[in-house]
Parts: sequence; structure tokens; C-alpha cells
Amino acid sequence: MTYTDVLPPLVDPAPPASARAGLIGVNRSMPRRSVAAAEQPMIEVKGLTIGWGDIIIQKDLSFAVKNGEVFGILGGSGAGKSTLLRFLIGLERPIEGVIDIAGHGSPDLAAGLPPFGVMFQGGALFGSLTVGENVSLPIEEWTKLPDDATAAIARAKLKLVGLDGAADKFPSELSGGMKKRAAIARALALDPELVFLDEPSSGLDPVMSAELDDLILTLSKTLGLTVVIVTHELESIFHIAERIVMLDQVTKSIIAAGDPRELRNSGDPRVSDFFNRRSKES
Amino acid sequence: MASNPSTLADCSTASTATYRFERDGYTIRFLGDLRMFDAADIWRDLHSATDNESGKLVFDLSSVRVADGGVMALLVEIRNELAARNVNVEFVGASTRVETIVNLYSGHDIAHRHQRRNPEGTVAQIGRTTLEVKQEAKALLDFLGSMVLAGISLVRNPRAGHWKGIAPLCEKTGADAVPIVLLINFLVGFVMAFQSAKQLKMFGANIFVADLVGISLTREIAPLMTAIIVCGRSGAAFAAEIGSMNVNEEVDALRTMGISPFAWLVVPRVIALILVVPLLTLIADIVGTAGGLLVGIIDLDLTAQGYFIETLTAVHGWDVVTGLLKSLVFSAAIALIACQQGLAATGGAESVGRRTTSSVVTSLFLLVMIDALFTVIFRVFNL
Repeated sequence: MTYTDVLPPLVDPAPPASARAGLIGVNRSMPRRSVAAAEQPMIEVKGLTIGWGDIIIQKDLSFAVKNGEVFGILGGSGAGKSTLLRFLIGLERPIEGVIDIAGHGSPDLAAGLPPFGVMFQGGALFGSLTVGENVSLPIEEWTKLPDDATAAIARAKLKLVGLDGAADKFPSELSGGMKKRAAIARALALDPELVFLDEPSSGLDPVMSAELDDLILTLSKTLGLTVVIVTHELESIFHIAERIVMLDQVTKSIIAAGDPRELRNSGDPRVSDFFNRRSKES
Repeated sequence: MASNPSTLADCSTASTATYRFERDGYTIRFLGDLRMFDAADIWRDLHSATDNESGKLVFDLSSVRVADGGVMALLVEIRNELAARNVNVEFVGASTRVETIVNLYSGHDIAHRHQRRNPEGTVAQIGRTTLEVKQEAKALLDFLGSMVLAGISLVRNPRAGHWKGIAPLCEKTGADAVPIVLLINFLVGFVMAFQSAKQLKMFGANIFVADLVGISLTREIAPLMTAIIVCGRSGAAFAAEIGSMNVNEEVDALRTMGISPFAWLVVPRVIALILVVPLLTLIADIVGTAGGLLVGIIDLDLTAQGYFIETLTAVHGWDVVTGLLKSLVFSAAIALIACQQGLAATGGAESVGRRTTSSVVTSLFLLVMIDALFTVIFRVFNL
């Protein structure tokens, strides 16, 4: 007897209709997710214009993030990298254009569990909860696991990011790097296929930054995780990003896309200056 | 042990099943997808399958297509639980894809039981709380000492003060608070008069409602009610604002620029409250009297002129001054406690919230204490 004989057919991965009805009446069980087809893009952005009120930050952005790749969003300070991230994860509504995440369309945070995890720049850990409780929170919210099982998963996730033994500590007791690792553990709590990381290496020493890069690479390679990183840390980009898009503050558009190692030799001085750390004067 | 393969569990609802277990001797064979959305069912089913286990077990993962990290963490946890009961569990047969997850979650490491942290005992809690009170008292004394030093330093070098900040603070804590002070104190005067009207009518002493309201308000109620409003409004805002600045290292930034946080943050707030709270109290005296007047006219058949004359006869200037003296001390207490609590905030948002609450509660407690003390002193010295 083979397992395919005893298994009933796999279920429809689409979240239940009630989970799309807004916050009131959201189905609090974890929606079944499909394993995204390898050839299908994890994120597809078409003609996206973002901004605040009447102020346009970036316009007509189009790019796709492949399933399982580490994708970088780059640009100088003020180019709108973190703003773009807020739109990609559904915290803001696009002025124009379409965002499609894992074939589910534009993320609707009010409809239930989004199909991704997010690590915010400062970690955004809840100060009143221990690190273990921070990681347990989404598991408690979206599964019916008993407390001991939830705590076991949280400890395993923390161990995964090199924070074994930190579950009982409060965020205020952690260093900057540890906070970022804990935030990654929380983003991975429900095993999403896609994670967004906002400036994961900023403010860390080179060794810790390299360790975090290795961790991201390991997670991507071993778990098949799609990772979208917002950063301007060149070392990290060259080490882990397979492809990038580079945003420009002046033209309010993407001025480069592709393999960052090749973009070092770009004919566009704005791009080559960025990748070779050259000032405008030189 | 069963010698033939037997089904231990399939997912709770057949229509949504994506995993299944089979038992063959000491082998538990997992089939299908071990996904996070089935984690609760897998945890329950596997626990019931291994509850009375002894000796040895093999978790056969050869027929697992996909395993989520969270479910693998649960399998490893169950392996650790079984190890504590001397049941040796081994993961075998995983495909390359699943094997990476097993390795990532330490499935092949030596099993160990997680040490639970013992909850703190009652005696230990009492001891810890007592030590915290001692530390809080010391911190308060440190703060007051620093405040005195900052005051002396400002007298010697007035340019070091953040005097420009006082006017906006007066506006925020004083002018912006006028509507709520008006409303609350009018209602307090009204209610006091209304409650006493029935009793006074019984004795034909209607006119004395003006005495009752006037003296109670000016000496006691208006300063206290105004201070309570300021405490809840401005005291909490001071504590939260300075607390947020402290946890965001803005206070440290002031220090590194050679600016005293006491001179820059605390002194302007103390001065602002000392300036505005007596004024608010005066307004409270007037509108509270108006509240009493309304009851006098509509319920006690008094004329406005008669009410005013009686109020002016009963209430002396000193009555108003005692209320204003109280309000001065109240305002200093509110500002100092709020700033001290704000500067004591550490860590993050939780600490800011705790310190803000503590600021309001401590201030309210102190207001009543100070009020009682003043009342006794005025009575003893017949003031």
C-alpha cells in the first residue's frame, strides 16, 4: 500500500470566504496554504504607484520575485524602499497598480492571516511579552495547539536563529542583533513561504551582520523560503541577493534590476556609483 | 506491539486530511504532508499514539512529501518527551528535502528535556516587591536631590534653562484644560448644592447653600478636583512623553550635548504647572459657585443677587488663598512625580505605560495626603 492510496485528495488552498469578510468574523484558524508552483512568481508587481496623499514616492513600478529566491530592494536614503515594503505587505493601499502575492492578489490584512512573515526594521517585538511569547503569539492566534506545544515550536524557532535559551528574556534584555534574530523567528513562526526583512543588517557589527546573512541564506536554501530584503548594505546584497531592483529618489522609478554582482559594472553612473560606493564628486 | 501495519490516525476531518500515521511494530510511519495548519491534530494524534510507549520507537519519514518547520519542532519535542521516559526515538528514511528540515530542527541531536522555569514563590514575590519599594524610594530621593541641584545650577546660570518651553507648556496644560475644568467644577458645584438643598429646605435655611458651596469649593473641592484633572491630563502626558524620550535615548542625547534633562525637561514642566494650576483653581471656584447659584435659583427660590451677597459674606479672601496655596503644592507634586516616573522608564513601550499609570496613581495618592495635611494644619492654626 502506498501513501497515495490512503491519503484523501489535498484540499483547496484558498482561504475560507469568511476569512475575507473583514476583521469581524475572521476565521481564526490557520488557512491552508498551497505549495506555490516553482515557476509561478511569488510576488508580481505591475504598474505600481506609491506615495502619501498627493505626494508620489515611486511610480509605475513593475517587477516579479521568483519562488525561492532572495530578492533585494535597494536605493539610497529616502528613495522609498521601506515605503514600498509597507505597500507590498498591505499596510498601505497603492495609488495605482497591482500587487499579487503568491497568486492571492493584493494582501488584505483585514481578511485574516497574510501568506507571509515580516521582520520590521527595529524588530517591533512587543516589550511586554518575553521573546518566547512574542514568537508564540501568531501560533496561539492561528492554531489550536496547546501551550506546551506552542512553546516547543517557539523554542525551536528561536534555536533556528541562534537564540536558544532566550525564550524567557524580555526584548529590552536583548542586544540589537538578538532583537533582529528574534523578530525573524517570529516572522517564521507559522512557516510562511515568503518573508519580508526590513534592513536586517543595519546597525549590526560586521560579524553579526555576516552571521545574519548566512542565516537568511540557510533558511532560503533549506526551507525554500522566498526572502525579500530591503537594505542598502552592499556586503549583504552581494552575499545573499540573487536579484535586486534599485529605486531612485529623483526619477521616482526603478533604475536597475538584475544580479547585483553584474550591476557593479553598469553603464549608468547612478547604479555603478551605488554598487562601488563612489561619491558623486569622485 | 502490533505486528501488522495498522492505521493510528488520519486527519480529524477526512475531507481535509493531508497526513496519516501507520504503526508497524516499533515503527510509526508518517505519510503525506506534515503542514503547520494540521499541527494541532498531529500533536494530539501522535501524543495519544505514544502515551504508553516504552523501549524504542522509529519515526519513519520516508513517505513524507513536505514537512513544515513548526511540525518538525513538535516531532522533536515529542521525541524529547519520550526520551525523558527512556523511550529512544530515531528519525529515519527522510527524503533529502525533509532531511534538511530534520537537521535544521535538531532531529538527530541528543534528546533533552526542556527545563521549565519554576514560578516565583509567594515569599520571594513579597521580598522582591519590598526591595523594589526600597529602590523606588531611593530613586525618588535621588530625583529630588538632582532637582535641587538643577535648581541651584539654574539660579547660578539662568541661560541653561529651557525657558522658551514654558509658554507652550502653559498653553497645553492650562488653556487647553479650561473647558474640562469648567465643566467638571460647574457640575461639582451643582451636585453639592443639589444634594444639600433638600436638607436645607427642611430647616428653612435655603440661603446657606451659598455658604456651603462657597466655602467647600474654595477651601477644598475646587483645588482638589482641578488637581485631579491636571494629574490625569497633564501628569500622564508628562510621564508618557518623557518616558518615550527616555527609552528612545533622547534623554541620553540631551546629556551628551551637555544639557541637563532636569533643566531642560523637568524645571519647565514644574514651573508651567505651578503657574497654571492656581489660575485653573480660581476659574474652578467661580464656575463651581455658578453651579450652586443655578440650584439656588431653580430649586431654592433664591435670587442671584441674594446668593452672591451671601457667598461674599461667607467666603473670605483667606479661604480662596488657602485653596490656591494647596493648588501650588499640588501642581509641584504632580509635575515632579510625572517627570520622575518618566525618567525612570526603561526598555520599551510596556515600561512607559507602567510608569504613566504609576505616575497618575502615585500623584492621586499624594494629592489626598497633601490635602489632608493642609486641612489639619489650617485647622490647628485656626487659619
